[in-house]
Amino acid sequence: MLARLGTRQGGPLRVTPPRRRTRRVGLILLGLLALPAQAEPLAIHYLERRIERPTPLNNEDPIPDDEGLKGAELGLKDSNATGRFVALNFTLDSRVVEPGEDLRAAFRALGERPRFVVLNAPAEDVLALADMPEAKGTVFLNVGAPDSRLREADCRPRLLHVLPSRAMLADALVQFLAYKRWTRILLLSGPAPADALYAEALKTSAKKFGARIVAESRFDPQGGDTRDTALREFVLPTRGPEHDVVAVADEAGAFGANLVYNTAAARPVIGTQGLTPAAWGRPVEAWAAVQLQSRFRRLAGRAMRPIDYAGWMAVHALGEAAVQARSTDSDTVAALVLSPRFEVGGFKGRPLSFRAWDGQLRQPVFLLWPGAVTATAPIEGFLHHRTELDTLGPDEPESACRAFRKPG
Amino acid sequence: MPGLSEAGLMRVPSADAVTESGTRLMNRAATARLLLCAGLLGLAGSAKSQEIFVSNERDNTVSVIDGATLEVTRSFPVGRRPRGLTFSRDGRTLYVCASDSDAVQVIDPDTGALRHNLPSGEDPEQFALAPDDRTLFIANEENATTTVVDAQTRKVLAQIDVGIEPEGMAVSPDGKTAVTTSETTNMVHWIDVPTLTATDATPVGQRPRAAAFSADGRMLWASSEIGGTVAVIDAATRKVVETIEFAVKGIAADRLQPVGITLTRDGRFAFVALGPSDRVAVIDAKTYKVVNYILVGRRVWQLAMTPDESRLFTTNGVSGDVTVIDVATQRPIRSVKVGRFPWGVAVRPASGTPERSAGAAP
Repeated sequence: MLARLGTRQGGPLRVTPPRRRTRRVGLILLGLLALPAQAEPLAIHYLERRIERPTPLNNEDPIPDDEGLKGAELGLKDSNATGRFVALNFTLDSRVVEPGEDLRAAFRALGERPRFVVLNAPAEDVLALADMPEAKGTVFLNVGAPDSRLREADCRPRLLHVLPSRAMLADALVQFLAYKRWTRILLLSGPAPADALYAEALKTSAKKFGARIVAESRFDPQGGDTRDTALREFVLPTRGPEHDVVAVADEAGAFGANLVYNTAAARPVIGTQGLTPAAWGRPVEAWAAVQLQSRFRRLAGRAMRPIDYAGWMAVHALGEAAVQARSTDSDTVAALVLSPRFEVGGFKGRPLSFRAWDGQLRQPVFLLWPGAVTATAPIEGFLHHRTELDTLGPDEPESACRAFRKPG
Repeated sequence: MPGLSEAGLMRVPSADAVTESGTRLMNRAATARLLLCAGLLGLAGSAKSQEIFVSNERDNTVSVIDGATLEVTRSFPVGRRPRGLTFSRDGRTLYVCASDSDAVQVIDPDTGALRHNLPSGEDPEQFALAPDDRTLFIANEENATTTVVDAQTRKVLAQIDVGIEPEGMAVSPDGKTAVTTSETTNMVHWIDVPTLTATDATPVGQRPRAAAFSADGRMLWASSEIGGTVAVIDAATRKVVETIEFAVKGIAADRLQPVGITLTRDGRFAFVALGPSDRVAVIDAKTYKVVNYILVGRRVWQLAMTPDESRLFTTNGVSGDVTVIDVATQRPIRSVKVGRFPWGVAVRPASGTPERSAGAAP
């Protein structure tokens, strides 16, 4: 338990150069003096399915290829920096699978019974992996799929969700609207299935917090170039009964950015563009977030995005559980992570923990525009007997998830 | 690091003498008169009232509050994002951690003029001045080290690897042990001062922020902001002997976030700032029971007590003010508007204190 440390001799992190698709990031602590007998390192895997993305519309920075992975790598670095004081260490083995390739084969290639897999993949992949017989003993940490169904009817035991669900994001946004009394919402959705899910989440949240969808329309950006036509094009779909805000559901960013300031009435745009709810973002600064932001920037050379944060948080949670349990024994760590008494910090000003009924990490959600954190949900005044964090997303009584309610 | 500057202060026998003679001769209220009295006794060079210095994180300034009138008498610009601040024992030198300027600034507290910067390592957040009045232990939040600097020679004596995001710093009253808390590693790291090496680490609750030794040096108190607890650690065994929790009716448990700690010399009370709950907890330091919660301004960060321990000053980051608490009645008596995001606070030792005793521990 006792680490003797000299001055300035912390071992450097050794990272083998990235190879295509299969990268192995191992951490070797060099010259770290008389450490007590090291336990076996805790092996963490990172598995990602790459997704095809549309070309950015307005010369935005493209979504980085290493989104998520860089967060997990920082989580590993942090965990090892902590672990060395209690003679624990961690390894991260990462694999990225191209669109169209077999993710299950990649999972099998991870070797004998991987215990902890940080998973950055769409919902179908998440379920396909969680249902593999070979994955029976694996704890998956979902960092890429916001689909509420994975926390509801399609939940699985040992499938934890570090990324907030769409339901949580929508709840955060509508709490803000309710607080501002901007409760009349005109909803404009894009054509993608994900857009429909986002719109659905907004409708559910509106009902939950007493807001109202006064009109709903669809917008398909196909066939026109919204950069040229936005000034005229968006007038019609945003014309409707009296409303306080225009909510947009456009997860891929196919038109939403051009809708801002182009609505028929002078109303703010909220949702996937404009004022957006997110687990993390560039303006997040409070609760020492700025430290995490700058550590990340040093490692990745770019700003930390919500999926990066989830990747970091997933590995950090495992590392923290191991340190709290003083063990890298995977059964011990898994038991602690899944237990209701596990709490972990995450630069959000509150202890974070996994909900016992659906495996979702409870966490504050930021309401951001590119310039600032406008507010942080749970918004003041939304109360809950357990923690205000449980006002975001389905609460225990209304949860459709049964997988966590095992007898005993 | 208010606890520390006081720990330093406590070690000055003359300061105790001033307090005692003061309380005996005068009624206990007016600090100004107390110091005037000290002046008449020939202990102080100039008759001045107590001054309380507050760092304003977003204004990049330090506000000075007059201890008698409880009004801001002046403010002066310092480096970027000032956080911790502390004084030399004679009160003639102010040290300020200017985090975003990557410097510890050495400032003339009378004029606010910058004398020079000390090499501080990256992003100095808090620091502690050892009882020798010259060795500064500085927590470098960005690069997981504690930098040790000799404030007289301005040389870096050592950089010691600690956990991620070191924050709180304290030096034991005998000067032999320094500790730093690491906010992401969640440990108290023990540093052996003679050899300047980290010797041990004690895991504590999530996000430890501040540490303070009891006056006898036997116990270390460490606050965990996100864990919502204060750990009392036996300094000899480095084991947690007590974990103190907090509860205020009507406030969600996760808003009770312990940060700054200050302890009374007689070992009776500990005061703990509870962040966004806008409360200061009063703890019986013998039974470890919370005996009172004092309502202060919004998001209370740090605390500092006057040498006679009659008043406690708290920095309230969100409301931008300082709450003055009467220690005897445990009631807030005044709120003093300062700059934006006040963070650190230190009470200036009476200037003109005679030569400090020789032979202070290294």
